[in-house]
Amino acid sequence: MTVMEQRGGYRPSPPPAWQPRTDPAPLLPDAEPYRVLGTEAAAKADPALLRRLYAELVRGRRYNVQATALTKQGRLAVYPSSTGQEACQVAAALALKERDWLFPSYRDTLAAVARGLDPVQALTLLRGDWHTGYDPHEHRVAPLCTPLATQLPHAVGLAHAARLKGDDVVALAMVGDGGSSEGDFHEALNFAAVWRAPVVFLVQNNGFAISVPLAKQTAAPSLAHKAVGYGMPGRLVDGNDAAAVHEVLTDAVRSAREGGGPTLIEAITYRVDAHTNADDATRYRGDAEVAAWRAHDPIALLEHELTERGLLDDDAIRAARDAAETMAADLRERMNQDPVLDPMDLFAHVYAEPTGQLREQRAQLQAELHAEQEGGH
Amino acid sequence: MTTVALKPATMAQALTRALRDAMAADPTVHVMGEDVGTLGGVFRVTDGLAKEFGEDRCTDTPLAEAGILGTAVGMAMYGLRPVVEMQFDAFAYPAFEQLISHVSRMRNRTRGAMPLPLTIRVPYGGGIGGVEHHSDSSEAYYMATPGLHVVTPATVADAYGLLRAAIASDDPVVFLEPKRLYWSKDSWNPEHPMDVEPIGRAMVRRSGGSATLVTYGPSVPVCLEAAEAARAEGWDLEVVDLRSLVPFDDETVCASVRRTGRAVVVHESGGFGGPGGEIAARVTERCFHHLEAPVLRVAGFDIPYPPPMLERHHLPGVDRILDAVGRLQWEAES
Repeated sequence: MTVMEQRGGYRPSPPPAWQPRTDPAPLLPDAEPYRVLGTEAAAKADPALLRRLYAELVRGRRYNVQATALTKQGRLAVYPSSTGQEACQVAAALALKERDWLFPSYRDTLAAVARGLDPVQALTLLRGDWHTGYDPHEHRVAPLCTPLATQLPHAVGLAHAARLKGDDVVALAMVGDGGSSEGDFHEALNFAAVWRAPVVFLVQNNGFAISVPLAKQTAAPSLAHKAVGYGMPGRLVDGNDAAAVHEVLTDAVRSAREGGGPTLIEAITYRVDAHTNADDATRYRGDAEVAAWRAHDPIALLEHELTERGLLDDDAIRAARDAAETMAADLRERMNQDPVLDPMDLFAHVYAEPTGQLREQRAQLQAELHAEQEGGH
Repeated sequence: MTTVALKPATMAQALTRALRDAMAADPTVHVMGEDVGTLGGVFRVTDGLAKEFGEDRCTDTPLAEAGILGTAVGMAMYGLRPVVEMQFDAFAYPAFEQLISHVSRMRNRTRGAMPLPLTIRVPYGGGIGGVEHHSDSSEAYYMATPGLHVVTPATVADAYGLLRAAIASDDPVVFLEPKRLYWSKDSWNPEHPMDVEPIGRAMVRRSGGSATLVTYGPSVPVCLEAAEAARAEGWDLEVVDLRSLVPFDDETVCASVRRTGRAVVVHESGGFGGPGGEIAARVTERCFHHLEAPVLRVAGFDIPYPPPMLERHHLPGVDRILDAVGRLQWEAES
């Protein structure tokens, strides 16, 4: 009945009761990125954990340097370095239990290696002999993902499925500041929050999406603030402070495991190297900016803290470096061997059973290869 | 031997039954999509599933197709067998990146370590008076993506059998449901539904010796009608229902064309870059010496799908099919 039909008998009625569906206050990130090293919180950190983080950071830096060198020797097609971001990479791996899953992007091979993956397998994609060089189930590391943020909904779905099956599994999904602009970032966070899926989103804000700085990427107060809109907590952390990243990630993983739902963590870090070996970073940023971040280096920060507090002596530092050199030498040696390629693999895994047309095309390639051999090429 | 009474059922009911039977047979089968739970889907294909199996097995998702398919990928990675509903053909486009960059190639990029047993149900095609974005024939996009199976039923029995086969498949299947056949009826035995059909076999729906109509999905009944009408012209047309666009059943199609010597491909999708071009090429490459005339195509026009009051001019009908049959160089025989 319209107001007209009621002939003046209508009394305005208030809208049905409304209240916010979630109290936004506890979801808001802190005003400053959380830090441990150089603060009072450092005293409470477990010395054994700090020493482990240190050894892993040293190994991680050496891995980045070695992988970059392999591009110059033509052994890797391309390498997106995580130099300067080792604290995020290592902490992500160490915050997870064995049964948990890691969802890395292409810049996160170090996180996969820190989780136990063979570096040669982690680098297969970038060497170019296959796409994913490992069985994802073996270390519960999803395939390195190139289309940005598209692996985030996979992490949500996997975590959701694990919970439906009654398994105590958490998924940790890694993305960058650029990836946070993608639609899949939004959809993944929304699904995760609605389903209260046991998943943790780690945004490594390294300042750049290839050449585009954060200011051209978002007008949000911080990337962590985006969490509030989805109804999940957002956390800000100094991404070069390995102890802080590890603590924040561990808390978020524990919360997810205990049914507390997802968390969005923004780690403030810096991409010290260019986007890849094929990029020229001098076209879009100055030396002073890079130098300021080099002074806030994750390894130097942790080494300083540990030596100041007498938790790391020269022998321990040397041991960490020696272990890193051993890893690098092994990686170098194995990457300098030509991978064994079988062109027939191109048809082997498109479907469970090759279709008729793939069988025909496989035969064609086989004939071409045969002719090549006959021709003595 | 007892005879079981056959009851009429619609294609939509057969699809519902297929989902229900698959969910009952396999606890890893999960149905998900927009409005599939409480409402039972806008076409009611998921009617009753949430009530029978719970909302964890038949889930109303947020309204986001990339998110629906992307999370389904993650669920499949963990060993579930998700059946995703895309509400309408044109609403599936936001999910294309997930479909093309992940669903279709996850098995390949992991060397078989991570297959994705996913079924993506897509109501497709026109003829139901739908307004803009509700009537697209998007099969060419799917066919052009290696790693996907693309299946479409034209009968009530196939709707059941092919959907069961799609869900049982260890490869991702795009299951295209012809919207205008949802309410088509056929007799079936609800106590013993049809056998699960293998994916990849075409079927001769009508035998005839004059020429072959190669078609699928919503155009199958139109071709059967055209074949009946063609009798008055003295043509006895064979109608081949492809049922599966990928894998493509060259054997059945070519056996028919070699017998008849003439072929017309019929579909709603636009002709340029459409499935008909591929089918005509395959037939020509394999049956050239048996052909009495070039393979012709009867397709929708190469236009954005028209508004409902004009769609009848766009959709291939009996007259347009007969006109094409008439152009198959019959003069040479007389």
